[in-house]
Amino acid sequence: MLKKEMICIVCPNSCRLSVWEEEGRIRVEGASCARGMAHGRNEFTHPVRMLTSTVRLEGARHRRLAVISSQEIPKEKIREALAALEGVTVSAPVRKGDIIVRNISGSGADIVASRTIPAAE
Amino acid sequence: MKKLDMDIAVIGAGPAGLAAALKARELGAEKVLILERDTEAGGILQQCIHDGFGLHRFGKRMAGTEYAQVFIDALEKTDITLLTDTMVLEITAQRTIYACSRQEGMMEIRCGAIILAMGCRERTAGQIQLMGYRPAGILTAGSVQRYINLEGYLPGSRAVILGSGDIGLIMARRMSLEGIKVEGVYEVMPHPGGLTRNIVQCLHDFDILLHLSSGVVKVHGKKRLEGVTVARLDENRTPIPGTEEYIECDLLVLAVGLIPENELSIGCGIEMDPKTKGPLLDEEFMTSVPGIFACGNVAVVFDLVDYVSDSAETAARGAVRFLWEGILEPLQYVKTVPSGNINLIVPQRIRRGGEKTVSFYLRVKKPDKKVVLEVQEKDRVRESRRFAFVAPPEMIAFKAAASGSGDVILDMKEGSHA
Repeated sequence: MLKKEMICIVCPNSCRLSVWEEEGRIRVEGASCARGMAHGRNEFTHPVRMLTSTVRLEGARHRRLAVISSQEIPKEKIREALAALEGVTVSAPVRKGDIIVRNISGSGADIVASRTIPAAE
Repeated sequence: MKKLDMDIAVIGAGPAGLAAALKARELGAEKVLILERDTEAGGILQQCIHDGFGLHRFGKRMAGTEYAQVFIDALEKTDITLLTDTMVLEITAQRTIYACSRQEGMMEIRCGAIILAMGCRERTAGQIQLMGYRPAGILTAGSVQRYINLEGYLPGSRAVILGSGDIGLIMARRMSLEGIKVEGVYEVMPHPGGLTRNIVQCLHDFDILLHLSSGVVKVHGKKRLEGVTVARLDENRTPIPGTEEYIECDLLVLAVGLIPENELSIGCGIEMDPKTKGPLLDEEFMTSVPGIFACGNVAVVFDLVDYVSDSAETAARGAVRFLWEGILEPLQYVKTVPSGNINLIVPQRIRRGGEKTVSFYLRVKKPDKKVVLEVQEKDRVRESRRFAFVAPPEMIAFKAAASGSGDVILDMKEGSHA
């Protein structure tokens, strides 16, 4: 039985959770609310994270464009998704929400611009 | 010298300045001007590419850049004037601003009201008494953030982070994702400086250790940083002999606190609060100089941008009211008094007389559990609120009624946990 220890981040109370699998069920100990229980279960079974990074930008004052995933992606795909962004170059102008990479690393999430950048004068 | 007349001038186009200008215009101020020294609006949010902004205000987790863009887009739909690349040199108590820029030259701007929104800056190496040489490779967390996120440079390959403030934690994750090895985070205090969720998401996720009651006691290397010596510290922050450890690194990241940027405020004679390092404010976020208001991180360092925007709108409401009604007789104030575990309060004072709802922002001195916060006025408890958990990095924001008939005491006694 492998217990996973974690700190709940649902609220500032910061409960210390122990999560483990027992007879096919996920058990959460230490949570003081239902949302904390759910958080513990999700972190144990399929942890997901938002991905925020930058891509190369041309034709603008800045050299990088800030990007964000359209939804959370599986934690284990983060490295692969970042590597896929390495070779991407975008030209200004860019509008916030423009899709930069569709369905990054097969995660179902798009990578979109998180700000608007006008073309350099 | 170019002369301008404005209803309201806002200094700074970061999140506070943008929200203040938009609210002032919405409430009917006609000639609204924002003065910004950077080349674009958005302030520090333009380098905050991570998510977690806007949860209170927009009900979703946005990147800092996305949060700023909402306000920048709104600004473009108004007739508010934004002057970028413009440096404000001086403000007078008679509400005249002297500023200059390459495009406009020198400007004298007479204002109905002024809203200060200059934000804050990071404490630097010079302010924390680091022993050793001053090699390249010692940077504040915000500088590292700017290099990586805006300019596209990696400023090192192995980093030690001193201080556990939120920007340092955010950069621990960012550097890890970009391939910089983070050797550890060292915090001189016995408790973390940043929010718990940042410690979990930025350190635990990347197996980075947070060393409390520990600090950097020496930096090594003459031209380029070669390493640092860290040590455990006793309760007087003196290094404990025998606990020193050498860590090879080419980047020392400082996340050792933020200081409101108040040179302009002090220059025009605004009274300051030594605790917040911001102006002494009333419930409309007006400073001690009538008609000059302050909001955002120049007023007090907030931990959520949502609160920054809220404070800006409070200041804007006050500024517009001042513009229309003025202040007929000298204001009289009652004080807000911290008691028990309360460390600082904004606003520091409340106008005498008249029942009103006040937005309070507080920080506690030390972490505690199961506590009650009481708002007391003339020995009467006006309001009491329970908190399961409080800690210095987590600002407490709430609204409460006050009558302005006597000092308001905000008291938090020790928690009832056994």
